[in-house]
Amino acid sequence: MDAIILQILNGLDKGSAYALIALGLTLIFGTLGVVNFAHGALFMIGAFCAVTLSRLFSLSHKVAVPGETDFLGNPLMRDVPYIYDVFGEATGSAIIDWAVPLSILFAIPVMIAVGVIMERGLIKHFYKRPHADQILVTFGLAIVLQEVIKYYYGANPIPTPAPEMFKGSADLGILLGYEANSIIYPTWRLVYFGFAAVVIGAVFAFLQFTTFGMVVRAGMADRETVGLLGINIDKRFTIMFGLAAAVAGLAGVMYTPINSPNYHMGMDFLVLSFVVVVVGGMGSLPGAVAAGFLLGILESFASMREVINLIPGINQVIIYLVAIIILLTRPRGLMGRKGVMED
Amino acid sequence: MSKSDVTRRGVIKTGALAGAGLALPTYLSAASHSGFTNAPTGSTVTLGFNVPQSGPYADEGADELRAYELAVEHLNGGGDGGMLNTFSSKALEGNGIIGKKVEYVTGDTQTKSDAARASAKSMIEKDGAVMITGGSSSGVAVAVQALCQEAGVIFMAGLTHSNDTTGKDKRANGFRHFFNSYMSGAALAPILANNYGKDRKAYHLTADYNWGYTTEEAVRTSTEAMGWETVAAVKTPLTQTDFSSYIAPVLQSGADVLVLNHYGGNMVNSLTNAVQFGLREKQVNGKNFEIIVPLFSRLMARGAGANIKGIFGSANWHWSLPDEGSKAFVKSYGTKYGNPPSQAAHTCYVQTLLYADAVARAGSFNPCAVAEALEGFEFDGLGNGPTLYRAEDHQCFKDVLVVKGKENPTSEFDLLEIVEITPRGQVEYDASIFGGELGSCNPGA
Repeated sequence: MDAIILQILNGLDKGSAYALIALGLTLIFGTLGVVNFAHGALFMIGAFCAVTLSRLFSLSHKVAVPGETDFLGNPLMRDVPYIYDVFGEATGSAIIDWAVPLSILFAIPVMIAVGVIMERGLIKHFYKRPHADQILVTFGLAIVLQEVIKYYYGANPIPTPAPEMFKGSADLGILLGYEANSIIYPTWRLVYFGFAAVVIGAVFAFLQFTTFGMVVRAGMADRETVGLLGINIDKRFTIMFGLAAAVAGLAGVMYTPINSPNYHMGMDFLVLSFVVVVVGGMGSLPGAVAAGFLLGILESFASMREVINLIPGINQVIIYLVAIIILLTRPRGLMGRKGVMED
Repeated sequence: MSKSDVTRRGVIKTGALAGAGLALPTYLSAASHSGFTNAPTGSTVTLGFNVPQSGPYADEGADELRAYELAVEHLNGGGDGGMLNTFSSKALEGNGIIGKKVEYVTGDTQTKSDAARASAKSMIEKDGAVMITGGSSSGVAVAVQALCQEAGVIFMAGLTHSNDTTGKDKRANGFRHFFNSYMSGAALAPILANNYGKDRKAYHLTADYNWGYTTEEAVRTSTEAMGWETVAAVKTPLTQTDFSSYIAPVLQSGADVLVLNHYGGNMVNSLTNAVQFGLREKQVNGKNFEIIVPLFSRLMARGAGANIKGIFGSANWHWSLPDEGSKAFVKSYGTKYGNPPSQAAHTCYVQTLLYADAVARAGSFNPCAVAEALEGFEFDGLGNGPTLYRAEDHQCFKDVLVVKGKENPTSEFDLLEIVEITPRGQVEYDASIFGGELGSCNPGA
């Protein structure tokens, strides 16, 4: 039983990332009708916002360490961050330690700006073009973005740890009435799940309970009528693109302590997130979230040794297998609406 | 009286035909003529450096390329000479290779077998490369080695650790200086027994491709031989980024050791995930839970940050080795590039020198003459102690390093410490155990 609970927890945190990316993806599709293959790159750029802020905090000058030498026999130079000089060592090291959570504040404006520039500068020219053109141009954009990141940050993963207080793992077994050490789960992954729940809740609340959100939902249902009412729906949709970019970026920022970011991480998530959107139903926000968690949990169970022994290779295909079954039985996905991506 | 039908014209005709017939096999036999693929004709010779310049191992490829450039500089008499000063063979004189100035072309393997073959083919056919070297993957090494065999050029492998490169997939035109999975297992096992005891239960997570299989097999065989039990071995997809769902079952398996048969990004992520799950603080079967990474790479270890502290693994070479050859190489490389070289850079630099030296000793660029000069060649002064290029499988035999993640690194390069230099005798094996046929050398042309 404890093994099952552990895999559900694994699925929830994996599903959190899928759901956050898929949410933005389906939001863009629902509003602008664009299939955005560069959405994974936005997740990656978010992660590199955390890397960048962490590096900015750690900008250093060299101080010689008396009596020690480097690999060439020269006096060993130790890096001392400038932030220590400004705030003192204790406060400075605390700021560096909290670089990832602080990156949220840095990433929001950066990601909104990236999103708006991407939409205004490139994607708006492809609104009336076939979906195949949109896929090609956004996929190309994703490759360009990842090569730019690789040029400046290199190809190797860059460790970006969580704050000291969130390192290590929590013993959930005791809370659930099991023996100590039976269900241990990394603290930061629990934080990630909580963060994803808050962001998803905030996006839904924004769309559900604000006038802006109401107009956007109306535009998603019938763009022409909303336009005829004198509302500049394009401007609102551009803002929604920025918002979707920010959601993907925040998912990336908070993911950095889980796996060291590299230039390819967006592509790793992109295909799975698309499957999540299709399974959830194109353009359906609750569908994307539900499918994200469902596929995350199924993927976790398929990785169990007992399951692999029973059906070899199932861990590599489970998501696609489930997608096929769902699309055969519910062609519009779990919560898809009639008329979306249909002639 | 007998009548003879023999005529003068008939004898000449028959003799000419018989002569041509007898001469034909000799003419077609490669060994008998001096021609070979891309025989250098002018005052220069071109070498082909086939390294990953894009893709996940691009940083490792960049380090390899820097090492090749340094080797070319030293061969042409530039710089401080590096390991040419410590190399036991004195055939190289700093005037290129047998008087021909060394030039090079580069290709991008992308760490994909088909792309690596295409770039090697282009360097051989268009640029006239007489030797191909480099790479950071066993899949790529095996593919390019086979191509070089067909094309009739020498292949000096870069970083490739699978047993197959000089085992079942060995070729007469291919040579490997880097160590392999078998040697990692043989070197690690005694150290693991000394540090963790002989009563251990191991759980393997193995990258689902050729290198993963041979590494798992090598570590399993050597650890089981000293009393360890293998509880489970699970294959993980090469494209996996989050290993949490593979690590969670380890906690319930009763295992007290996790062996991560992963390299590169896989290793960084699986190790990070394992540490996040608190495995290293866990007590199982009354013992501290331990993690092992059979093949360590400093460049990759940097991605795992503090998670590698105290973790055992093996390496082909490390910049902190105190021998004169290593010191000379580190000084040359460090002065030129500002950081110590990786083991990938070391093996590529050494392979270039070994090739050049073999040409100089053979007095020819003919691949068959070069192969003959490398086969059974004993040398020293290149950083790993006395080394043998074994004739039977073209594998180098030398000391192997057992390393451990350093507890208190002084810089971003100072991540590993050498625990033991395992002597060559302890990692040697019979050349026939991995099967395969070396075949005969092909000079091409």
